[in-house]
Amino acid sequence: MIEWSGAIVQGVLLGGLYALFAAGLSLIFGVMRLVNIAHGDLIILAAYLGLSTTVMLGVHPFVALLIVMPVMAGIGYVLQRGVLNRTLGPDILPPLLVTFGLSVIIQNALLETYTADPRKLSGGAIDTASLDLGGITVGVLPLVTFGIAVAVIAGLQFVFYRTALGRGFRAVSDNQDIAQLMGLNKAHVFGVAMALALAVVAIAGVLLGMRTSFDPAIGGGRLIFGFEAVIIGGLGNLWGTLAGGVILGVAQTIGAKIDPGFQILAGHIAFLVVLAVRPNGLFPRVAH
Amino acid sequence: MKNTSRRQFMGALAAGVAAPAILRSTRAYAQSPTIRVGFVTPSTGPLAGFAEADDYILEGLRAHFAGGVTNNGKSYNIEIIKKDSQSNPNRAAEVAAELILSDEVDIITAAATPDTTNPVADQAEINEIPCITTDAPWQPYFFGRGGNPAEGFAYTYHFFWGLEDVIANFTGLWNGSGVAKKVGGLFPNDADGNAWGDAKLGLPPALAAQGFELTDPGRYQPLSDDFSNYISAFKDAGCEIVTGVMIPPDFGTFWAQAAQQGFNPKVATIGKALLFPSAIEALGDRGIGLTSEIWWSPNHPFSSSLTGTSAGDLAGGYSTATGRPWTQPIGFKHALFEVVADVIARAEDLDDADAIAAAIGGTNISTIVGGVNWSNGPVPNVSKTPLVSGQWQKAGDGVELVITNNAHAPEIPVGGELQLLG
Repeated sequence: MIEWSGAIVQGVLLGGLYALFAAGLSLIFGVMRLVNIAHGDLIILAAYLGLSTTVMLGVHPFVALLIVMPVMAGIGYVLQRGVLNRTLGPDILPPLLVTFGLSVIIQNALLETYTADPRKLSGGAIDTASLDLGGITVGVLPLVTFGIAVAVIAGLQFVFYRTALGRGFRAVSDNQDIAQLMGLNKAHVFGVAMALALAVVAIAGVLLGMRTSFDPAIGGGRLIFGFEAVIIGGLGNLWGTLAGGVILGVAQTIGAKIDPGFQILAGHIAFLVVLAVRPNGLFPRVAH
Repeated sequence: MKNTSRRQFMGALAAGVAAPAILRSTRAYAQSPTIRVGFVTPSTGPLAGFAEADDYILEGLRAHFAGGVTNNGKSYNIEIIKKDSQSNPNRAAEVAAELILSDEVDIITAAATPDTTNPVADQAEINEIPCITTDAPWQPYFFGRGGNPAEGFAYTYHFFWGLEDVIANFTGLWNGSGVAKKVGGLFPNDADGNAWGDAKLGLPPALAAQGFELTDPGRYQPLSDDFSNYISAFKDAGCEIVTGVMIPPDFGTFWAQAAQQGFNPKVATIGKALLFPSAIEALGDRGIGLTSEIWWSPNHPFSSSLTGTSAGDLAGGYSTATGRPWTQPIGFKHALFEVVADVIARAEDLDDADAIAAAIGGTNISTIVGGVNWSNGPVPNVSKTPLVSGQWQKAGDGVELVITNNAHAPEIPVGGELQLLG
């Protein structure tokens, strides 16, 4: 019994990481109906920026976030206003293709700059520290990751529903043209949304870089878990995204408990079951 | 004078345009005959680490080949055409076809994992172009291409070590370590993982035969984010040794989680993930003491048949030129072109693909990675190079791969003793 609860606890913590991968995607899709194929590669870009910062300034990766987050946010704003805004329109294909191209460009630019060497962000003692919770040993870093995921989701939720900026997000999401008529500059709102999404990506990237070693090519593999967490939780619902990540993580560790070959498969099956039973996800966006 | 008709004009134009192509296509009329060698390598993508020394090696070889290679008393220029596979087997097949059909190479070569060697060799076999490959264990190369040990292939040859060498080295390493014979296995669901974990041909039967108790929970998907189930299975079984064939990110995840969840094996011997110094440095202090197979090192007592450079000098030259530590594929890249040059020098007729293929089959040279001789391989078209194993140990500020077990290839000297982890 303790083994199964161990698997569930590990799965929940894993879900926190997936939720962080997914939060940015969920935000971007919720505000501007943009499916960002380059999301996984942006996570890796953030991890590399974290690496450069820790190496150059000799600081802890968590401190490096103070630099990486604003830099990624700046990249996001420029990217949105300079490139992606030009592709948004009634057709969803152009932005999809542009972000696909962006993914290839980021991967190869990282390869040119940082080479194919696997790198890791060293967090010092926290990397290997653990807590004993009644027979279940839990790593401190996954626990911190989960806590950060909850805090990030809560923060985004606050911005979305309690601030003027969030009102802007919701307005352009509901109807871009009318929001524009009401005096909102939708190009700017989209830019800010992307900036916020990439600030979250910065957190996800740095935490991923501390959890495992990374190289320029591993971003794409992370994308699918992000998408699945978004869909399971319901499009546009941030708490749903966290729930989606946790469901995915638990499905994977339970699957792996039965047979390690089922780990990824079990996550995909959970995703397909949700899609078949509740096509809008478990917690589709509530009316507001 | 009769006016030139349109038809005559078009005919003359066509002949004029086609003439250079026709005249150039026969080597006999050319001023300085050139042998074209195609080289497919993963310069970009996840396998790029294997190819990082390509440019250094090719530069050295081009300088060496500038004087030409003599065949039957005639000097030939060698032109090496490099193409990027982008770490993608489909792309590798595509550029191989390009090299064969539009660049019209006389010999094609490829290196770095079955994802590069197999599609290139398959294209070469179909198009009847001689092909030499390296840098992939021979089982996935030979059996992965549907090879039949009774027949072999007509045009495609490969040199590297095989799974049986890895098994002998790993068990040799563990037998000498004196820890409990309980092994935890981490095998992914990919070509390498399935071959290593195979219940008939892989590690399990070999370990059982030598009295090791293997805990193998099953095949995981590469790029997994969670290994807690493996870790609890290994803990329950009391494993003191961990082994497997993993990519660096997966090993990084596993190794961090193992520490977080209180699993501390005494020996960790992992294939593939621990080949490059960069992979070890990425792990920080937790990378010290890990063990791995060693295909080539600066301490190998071999030297180049082309330039006479020793293994140590080749590796040192690379580090000086690029400021980066040496890596194991460097020696094999150089050896690949040693074989090519040797074949070009010996072939009876360089215009005949069959004669070149026959010359490859008759190779018997001592290269910078050891002897290459296709007459005594485990299966036709495969020649084996020696394999040893060792440990990453601290050396000054960095890490150094020290050979600790040479039972399988005693000609390669041991550099130190195995130290237990933890």
